[in-house]
Amino acid sequence: MQGYLHLQNGQSFKGKVSSNWGGDVQGEIVFFTGMTGYQEVLTDPSYKDQIVVFTYPLIGNYGINDIDSESKEIQVSGVVMFHCAHQASHHEASVSLSDYLNANQVPFITEVDTREVTKAIRKDGTRQAVVSDKKEVHFLKPKAGQIYQTENIEIEEFGEGDMHIGLIDFGWKKSILTSFVNRGIKVTAVPFSKAHQLKNLSLDGLVLSNGPGDPKDAQEHLSDIKSLLESLPSFGICMGHQIIALAYGADTHKLSFGHRGANHPVKDAVTGKVFMSSQNHNYVVAEESLLSTPLSKRFLNVNDGSIEGLEHSQKPILSVQFHPEAHPGPADAEWLFEHFISLITNKKGEEVHV
Amino acid sequence: MSKKILVVGSGPIIIGQAAEFDYSGTQGCLALREEGYDVVLVNNNPATIMTDHTVADTVYCEPLTVPSLTAIIEKERPEALLAGLGGQTALNLAVELHKAEILKKYNVELLGTSVESIQKGEDRELFRELMSELNQPVPESQVIVTVSEAKQFADRVGYPVISRPAYTLGGRGGGIAETEEELKELIHNGLKASPIHQVIIEKSIAGFKEIEYEIMRDTNGTCISVCNMENFDPVGVHTGDSIVTAPSQTLSDQEYQMLRTASFDIVSALDVIGGCNVQLALDPHSKKYYVIEVNPRVSRSSALASKATGYPIAKLATKVALGYTLDQLQNPLTGHTYASFEPALDYTVVKFPRWPFDKFSEADRKLGTKMRATGEVMAIDRTLEGAFQKAVQSLDTVIPPLTDLHKHLTLPTDLRYFAIVELLRQGKSIEEIHQSTHIDLFFLNVVNNLVEMENTLASHTVESVPEGVLKLAKLYSFTDQSIADLLGCEENSLAEVRKSYGIVPAFKMVDTCAAEFEAATNYVYSTYAGVNEIEPLKGSKKALIIGSGPIRIGQGVEFDYSAVKAIESLQAAGWTTIMINNNPETVSTDYETADRLYFDPIQKEVIASIVEHENIDLVFTQFGGQTAINMAEELEEAGIPLAGVSTDMLDGLEDRDRFYSSLKELNIPHVEGSTCHTKNEALEAASHYSYPILCRPSYVIGGQGMVKVMNEKELKQALQETDDRHYPIVLDQFMTGKEVEVDLVADGERIFIPEVMEHIEPAGVHSGDSMAIFPSSLPAYVKEAVTEYSEKIVRHSKYKGIMNIQFLWSGENVYVLEVNPRSSRTVPIISKVSGISLVDLAVRLLIEDPACDLAAVPAPSWSHVAVKYPLFSSHALPEIDHKLGANMQSTGEGMCLGSTVAEALAKVFSHLPDIQLHPESCFIEADHDYEDQKNLTFEEWIQTDEAAIYVNDQVTPAAKEKRIQALKYGITVFSEPSTFEAYLESLTIKNAEPTPLPGNITEGVR
Repeated sequence: MQGYLHLQNGQSFKGKVSSNWGGDVQGEIVFFTGMTGYQEVLTDPSYKDQIVVFTYPLIGNYGINDIDSESKEIQVSGVVMFHCAHQASHHEASVSLSDYLNANQVPFITEVDTREVTKAIRKDGTRQAVVSDKKEVHFLKPKAGQIYQTENIEIEEFGEGDMHIGLIDFGWKKSILTSFVNRGIKVTAVPFSKAHQLKNLSLDGLVLSNGPGDPKDAQEHLSDIKSLLESLPSFGICMGHQIIALAYGADTHKLSFGHRGANHPVKDAVTGKVFMSSQNHNYVVAEESLLSTPLSKRFLNVNDGSIEGLEHSQKPILSVQFHPEAHPGPADAEWLFEHFISLITNKKGEEVHV
Repeated sequence: MSKKILVVGSGPIIIGQAAEFDYSGTQGCLALREEGYDVVLVNNNPATIMTDHTVADTVYCEPLTVPSLTAIIEKERPEALLAGLGGQTALNLAVELHKAEILKKYNVELLGTSVESIQKGEDRELFRELMSELNQPVPESQVIVTVSEAKQFADRVGYPVISRPAYTLGGRGGGIAETEEELKELIHNGLKASPIHQVIIEKSIAGFKEIEYEIMRDTNGTCISVCNMENFDPVGVHTGDSIVTAPSQTLSDQEYQMLRTASFDIVSALDVIGGCNVQLALDPHSKKYYVIEVNPRVSRSSALASKATGYPIAKLATKVALGYTLDQLQNPLTGHTYASFEPALDYTVVKFPRWPFDKFSEADRKLGTKMRATGEVMAIDRTLEGAFQKAVQSLDTVIPPLTDLHKHLTLPTDLRYFAIVELLRQGKSIEEIHQSTHIDLFFLNVVNNLVEMENTLASHTVESVPEGVLKLAKLYSFTDQSIADLLGCEENSLAEVRKSYGIVPAFKMVDTCAAEFEAATNYVYSTYAGVNEIEPLKGSKKALIIGSGPIRIGQGVEFDYSAVKAIESLQAAGWTTIMINNNPETVSTDYETADRLYFDPIQKEVIASIVEHENIDLVFTQFGGQTAINMAEELEEAGIPLAGVSTDMLDGLEDRDRFYSSLKELNIPHVEGSTCHTKNEALEAASHYSYPILCRPSYVIGGQGMVKVMNEKELKQALQETDDRHYPIVLDQFMTGKEVEVDLVADGERIFIPEVMEHIEPAGVHSGDSMAIFPSSLPAYVKEAVTEYSEKIVRHSKYKGIMNIQFLWSGENVYVLEVNPRSSRTVPIISKVSGISLVDLAVRLLIEDPACDLAAVPAPSWSHVAVKYPLFSSHALPEIDHKLGANMQSTGEGMCLGSTVAEALAKVFSHLPDIQLHPESCFIEADHDYEDQKNLTFEEWIQTDEAAIYVNDQVTPAAKEKRIQALKYGITVFSEPSTFEAYLESLTIKNAEPTPLPGNITEGVR
């Protein structure tokens, strides 16, 4: 069936809407430039409510498997592709991409000139878009506060180990959790709106997860979070990084079209080394707002110079805008997990000596 | 004075080391000069762009050997050596110069990856040790000396296993065993074949997915993966002989990253500075993988990755070798992001190899672990179906009728892809084909989509074909002609219907970043997927230069030289230049060469759409070899303006009957001959001549199928082997004599000939396979006749541009043999030795530059004489007898300069022993009174360490066998007495001095 992708400035692109069409869908439109990793993207809670455009033209070649999802369900609200595979060719695949999207009632549109869509987003920035079978549509007020949907309701415990980490949940990716659990660390995930409850669990460290939307949606919980940060070695990833910045009084602002993909070069201000990172964010920490905070820039984006990570001047607090846990994308920054764990171990050591 | 850097090139083109090193070398040299260095280049391949003075300051066409390089280092005293751009040849030389302590002695720094790292990457044992340290899996192997050890090994790792007998040439006695029985026999023979009675037995991973990563690493340890690639053909076929896609298509993100991380670990442990290629094998049924090999240098794959992504690996690898870090270097395609990123593609790329088997009917077409392709094509599209189709169209070859289709599947040949297509047409399922080939179902499905489209189209007529079908067919890059053929209509009527639906081509950009950043690139491709985003270039005069496609025997890198030189001249004259070509190995497809590059198949439909889109003023067909000139007729029919040629003029020169009758009119002697349209006509015509007769088919490159027949029986056999499409056949009376050729520039009336080129081997040997001397030392009357006849031919045809004419000097007479109305193989040699760019003159005449006056071109002065010599890739084609003849067989050519012919020859043959001092090194079976070894039989002699030169010019099957045998042992074979005599002449010179090409930019400064 003929369909359209309408952007909220009048631009429309023709395509074919999915066979299991369930009606129009609206969301913020973003593009992902990675050539693999569609399953991880679709299930990453940070993409909640967004319509994702894949720039690589052939999506779904290796199907969908039971292992690589980053959460229990599809998080995106719609998908824009040039071509979506109806068959899967991979030993791990359990279902084809088109069957998977249809079975989960996620509308998608194909045969779209995705390069043109990407250029439109690049030119005028991220904005609302509608996937529809109609030539004209009305735009609704954009949804907000996605983190209140993606945080889990319950406190959950994962893994076993002598070290115990609290994961403040804004919609965590499975790979962040497994990055710790696989290293023999016990993790307790607590919804960010119940962050104060972490105080009662004698924790060794704190991780602030990724999450969708605007970090300022969590404004009212910042003071609770800050008091935790003050007492524990902490590591913020993506939204977690932005929350740390906000908690210490820095500011965040929205990028024109964000960073999404598997090829973003990040420079370590300490070693001078550059590595590739997996990224997915619309908001960044404003550099000038750091002046009056104890935070300083540890990592920066080689392309646009934006802040990619922070360090606290006295406390073992580290944060990164990118995704060291990878999935999708490169694992070049995986060493940060080891680094963070060493911060905890060192702190523990100090305590013993004191 | 600026710092001097010595760059080593890869030498003449041989299978496995082709034009890709001209591309990387040129990029590297230019990058060095951009940084203010003085570049001294050693490369004895005269056909390259890199040996041009616009690329390097001082150029030596000297042998690539340690003594020769030592002499050059001694003379030039460079501060540093860059060897990572010249393939295996240059890398090996760097290691040898290091071992011989030459670099130390002259205080020359080796730039980029260190010798220690190179050895760790290249030496099998050191590499295995390193892999085991890094916990990177390599296929299990073991050195064994008995059959029972082999059996134990196979029982442990499982069948199949590969046997590689130690110290044998060309994998002799080795092979693959699927069963215990096969193993017993294989190992038995293998142990016998090995002089040290030893076999390395290895677990076979044939059938695994073959994946490559192109990695860049800088001094700061930053690693990036420029591109990953997946082979259509699973492990078992050399990657150079495999169809390759970029990026990988069937790898999940987990697998993609797992292999990328493994590659980074290896490249970092090797401490590579620059580019590095890592080949891996991935189990299609699990996450198990093996590291196959590592090439710590730029390679064929890095050239492909550069063209597939737009990321200029060689250029940036050079800068990294100079000490820059990747984040200090800009991404030239966007101009505002940095080189420390990984390209994101929003299209797919297919590379397809081009094999030489159309030239060698007797060759064994099986593919395996040894590369046999001479070149390759690349295609870009938004669908894989489209990219596959474009790649096949770019091959510029005709697929022979296939028999025994299944055999191509199980024992892969160059025709496997086409056998698969044929089997799918016959209704075989992709599962069945997967069973026998292990090719991923994903890829087979793509091929099947093409076959299904053929079937759909065949079920329609031009009236009934639905818009959607047509749209999909074009999305799959079916040409209008092929669609029309399937629908059973004329191409024109199909094109009209297509346009009436608004189905028109669009052009899209290669920008390295999938449109994430604004890019102002001039690198584009055509597609039917999506809308056009390429604005026509501005410019009052616009030229389209047609390239020469894949490197093949008879059409090598020399045609890329002409195309690139034509672009430079046109740009200098203020023209806007647009290039179309499909060969990823070349300089012409570097997006920095022309003002815009269309990376597309060279075919009428695409060219016409570019001409229309860009509003081209003139299309140049003289600088892209036979491929480009073959387009002239179709383009003219389509009303496209061509520079300097018309179909009628070409026909007048190429149609034998018309050509001979005009020669007669002009009173120019030519050999007797006639054009025959059928086999019977040929037999009838032959009865009027005396044998031998030269029998040459039409529309071929490099004398393909051309044969000298001695009697009627041989003629009948030759006719039997000739395809219908190669009619008419020309039969020429064969005459003995000396071949002479000229490359000239003409303005329609006058000509300019720098000098005449003289062949060393007699007539009957293809000009591409003969050694030649330039400038010649022919008697004045011969040169005068050559000039006079050339002028007459030009005037008669009012020819404008560049032309090659071949003559025969026999007795007192000079005869015209043939005319090539285009830039030829020898143009770069003549231009470089004379210091006058023939292409530049030709271009200026073609664009009617009033300042270009042929009469005013000064006669060149000659400080040196050049000898050009052919190279045969016998290492890759061991079953071929390279007896010189009418069918060209060499894959490349080299050149050396000397103050005398003998001195130049001394360099050409410098790798051979002096048989006067070492008669044991030579075995002569020809009518010659030279002293060779005395006591041994041929079979005994070839086994000796001293065996180096074998002379045998006989045409018997036994002689053929012996020549093949000698080549297998790495022995130089002379199959023509004249070549052997040239070698003997070379022995008169004991100390040859390194001689740079004339016209050094820094000359006079020194």
